[in-house]
Amino acid sequence: MINAVGREIPEEILKLTGKEVFQGTHHFDGKIVQKSGPKTRVVINSNGSKLVDSIHDVLVKCGLKDGMTLGFHHHFRNGDKVLNLVVEECHKMGVRNLTIAASSLGGQNDPIVPYIEDGTITNIQSSGVRGGIGKAISEGKLKGLAIMRSHGARVRAIETGETKIDIAFIGAPTADEYGNLGANGGKADCGVLSYSAVDAQFADYVVAVTDNLVPYPNLPAQITQTYVDYVVVVDEIGDPKKIATGAAKPTTDQRKLLMAQYCTDFVTATPYFKEGFSYQTGVGGASIASTISLAKVMKERNIHMSFGVGGLTKPMCDLLDEGLCRTLVDTQDFDEDAIKNISTNPRHFYITAGEYANPFNKGAYVNKLDFVILASLEVDVHFNCNVVVGSDGYVTGAQGGHPDTAAGAKCTIVIAPIMQGRIPTICTDVTTVTTPGEDVDVVITDYGIAINPKRQDLIEATKDSGLPFKTIEELRDIAYSITGEPEKVQFGDRIVGIIEARDGTIMDVVREIKPFEFKD
Amino acid sequence: MTENPNKKRLRRSMMFLNAQKPSLIKDPYIYKIDSLMLDLEDAVAVTAKDTARFSLYHALKTIDYRGAERVVRINGLDTDLWEEDIRCSVAGGADVIRIPKTENADMVRAVEEKVVQAEEEFNREPGSTLIMAALESAKGVMNAYEVCMASDRMIGIALSGGDYTKDLQTKITGTGVELMGARQHMIIAARAAGVQCFDTVWTNLDDMEGFRKDVQTIHDMGFDGKSCINPRQIDIVHKIFTPTQKEIIFSEKVIREIDDKKAKGIGVFTVDGKMIDIAFYDGAKRNIMLAKAAGVYKGDL
Amino acid sequence: MEIKKPAVAGTMESSDCQVTVEPGNGSVEFSLDSAVAHQFGNQIRKVTFETLKNLGVDNVKISIVDKGALDCTIKARIEGAVFRSVGQDKNLPWGGAIR
Repeated sequence: MINAVGREIPEEILKLTGKEVFQGTHHFDGKIVQKSGPKTRVVINSNGSKLVDSIHDVLVKCGLKDGMTLGFHHHFRNGDKVLNLVVEECHKMGVRNLTIAASSLGGQNDPIVPYIEDGTITNIQSSGVRGGIGKAISEGKLKGLAIMRSHGARVRAIETGETKIDIAFIGAPTADEYGNLGANGGKADCGVLSYSAVDAQFADYVVAVTDNLVPYPNLPAQITQTYVDYVVVVDEIGDPKKIATGAAKPTTDQRKLLMAQYCTDFVTATPYFKEGFSYQTGVGGASIASTISLAKVMKERNIHMSFGVGGLTKPMCDLLDEGLCRTLVDTQDFDEDAIKNISTNPRHFYITAGEYANPFNKGAYVNKLDFVILASLEVDVHFNCNVVVGSDGYVTGAQGGHPDTAAGAKCTIVIAPIMQGRIPTICTDVTTVTTPGEDVDVVITDYGIAINPKRQDLIEATKDSGLPFKTIEELRDIAYSITGEPEKVQFGDRIVGIIEARDGTIMDVVREIKPFEFKD
Repeated sequence: MTENPNKKRLRRSMMFLNAQKPSLIKDPYIYKIDSLMLDLEDAVAVTAKDTARFSLYHALKTIDYRGAERVVRINGLDTDLWEEDIRCSVAGGADVIRIPKTENADMVRAVEEKVVQAEEEFNREPGSTLIMAALESAKGVMNAYEVCMASDRMIGIALSGGDYTKDLQTKITGTGVELMGARQHMIIAARAAGVQCFDTVWTNLDDMEGFRKDVQTIHDMGFDGKSCINPRQIDIVHKIFTPTQKEIIFSEKVIREIDDKKAKGIGVFTVDGKMIDIAFYDGAKRNIMLAKAAGVYKGDL
Repeated sequence: MEIKKPAVAGTMESSDCQVTVEPGNGSVEFSLDSAVAHQFGNQIRKVTFETLKNLGVDNVKISIVDKGALDCTIKARIEGAVFRSVGQDKNLPWGGAIR
């Protein structure tokens, strides 16, 4: 069946997953949904401690068995040690057919690839996958289907019971013996525990894993004792050097700066740029540069941001510290400055991933965004974006909050160079649709800017800005005139993953990789 | 041979690009550089001199540089490379050949002779290939005027500060004091010969304020442009070479007044209370050209 | 032209390609390693065969390790390798066999 972004979703996949095809971003607006509650093993006794000696013992206590679903967060990013530790133990215990439901997976999790190959893990649900796991999925080594869903969609899937987490593991930089968890003041600080909030509330068993046990009560706590079954102390939950680097030096790449300047000039030419506007940006060089150049205009015109959303980095925290932004709401921190800032600036708030982006609650923060500045591997002439599947056909990226913020923001801007190496970023059809074109308003490239024709209001508002406007087709034609017209990636028949839309419908499918073969 | 209309085009920025590096020569025009200087000389390793030419040839033939001028710096006349460099550049359709280490008019004429031959061999329009000369020694600087006058194809001279200061037995100090004499001498020679004059590169990318001051200095001295090594430098150069609104309005009045009065046979007149004569005309024209290039002129001249 | 000895041109830098030519076994033997093979593999092969034909090379083993080079770079590297193989760097046929 063909969905709203023109992708053919095979019947067998609809049958297998019980899902519908994507019918548009706002298709389910106003829908009544039933949330699914977890089992709760009540604690009435006054024994006082939830400490368990080891990962092994806690897995036994939680009744680990074949076919279970384990939840993890990725706040430790490239420095995460918890997921590998737990999966390694599961493997030792000989369980099979596990589902890993992580907020994201990356190269740090490469050590679990053999457990995909040997059937310990047969299903993966994640925002996306980089590194060896992505390769394994694309090469068909995962027995089940990989489900790639956004941060908001993960919360939706768990709250509605579509994804039932049997045991959630929450790596916690600080914890007390009764399960009050914090993200700062330990050995491996990560700023916030936003992605784990839903795991804590909806998993049957919740296990805190820490390397820094602190006296009771550990307050303020981001996740509180009423949700946590057990606490395990290990040597290391994460490598602080890889969790967050020092703030990235502002880019000196002229191409990125050029796009950043276009972005700032565009943002400031729209009617949304006024006192009290709201804003979110990514961590790419051009996005960060555009935040820095936007700050200059904000100062000049005495305009303040009511709130900024993150994925946060130093430049956003600087806006807060300088009083140019009144509030930051935080679901993830990408550098040391951002991690520190949440402890030092009282207007920098922790929010859960559900508050951030879940489409099936009573209104997430993304709905209140004026601007979001995003990147993309590919953008096609229908403004569809692909942030998951690389030009070589391998799963190599993550949706993160891309579809969530694009859907929510009044003005969604994607910054991308017109080509990367020989791969044209602006193309006729993206390899895989991850964010629908209906949610993408503006594409900024080094060769010019295209506004989605459905946004006549933005076209009208910015027409005298002096910016180099082009149609998206013109941008594609420029790209192709330089690179040549690309052929489509050759895939095998087997479907190895699905791209789930925010609302749980199917946006696209990901097929098994096939080695390139010359024509005839 | 009619005079090449591009001889006096705008050349505020001239950026060095290693002709051997595909990633550099692919699309540098997005930085809105006036002239691209595709280098076969110092940037190219001795072991890659041969292959760099193929890369250059196809870049010249295939890549649409969208109005940016394509200058090729050939290898020195003391090598056995320069003659083939010229054949390759002319066959590819380069706009300008830049001669390194130029010391006298004979060197320019030697290059010109090969250019003429190559234009004939490859069916290029006679005179379509222009020449510029880099002065990199005390001798070269002393002979600036004869170099400027050596060929009808000559667009101008460029100072190459690194080698020149070595020859002077000093070094680049960042203050410009070591370059003062050469700069002053060269701009006078160039203007006397009616050609353009370009300044040397600024290599310290960490000192952008020093670069800005350096460009302001050579702009105020009368130079036509600055050699650049990084796209970061382009915007700064162009901003400094952009006339102020006051200058633009005055230049516009000067041009209109002179065009008007010349028709009536009057030689001296006033604009905004200032005495003006025909000597103001070229400068005013140039201001309007600079303003147009910077996108700040909306008039109809 | 006859490929007499092995020769290499180009680099492994982004947007470049490295071309190796060796004496052939009576025909053109072509191999390609490219991260953009799916999108441009057929095009790269076409450009390679055209360039060799223009040069009059029909007996060669040619292998290309491509790092996202444009057609103009692929041509340049093939020509570079071929002319290196025959040891010619003067009086090259610009606009003739090289085109």
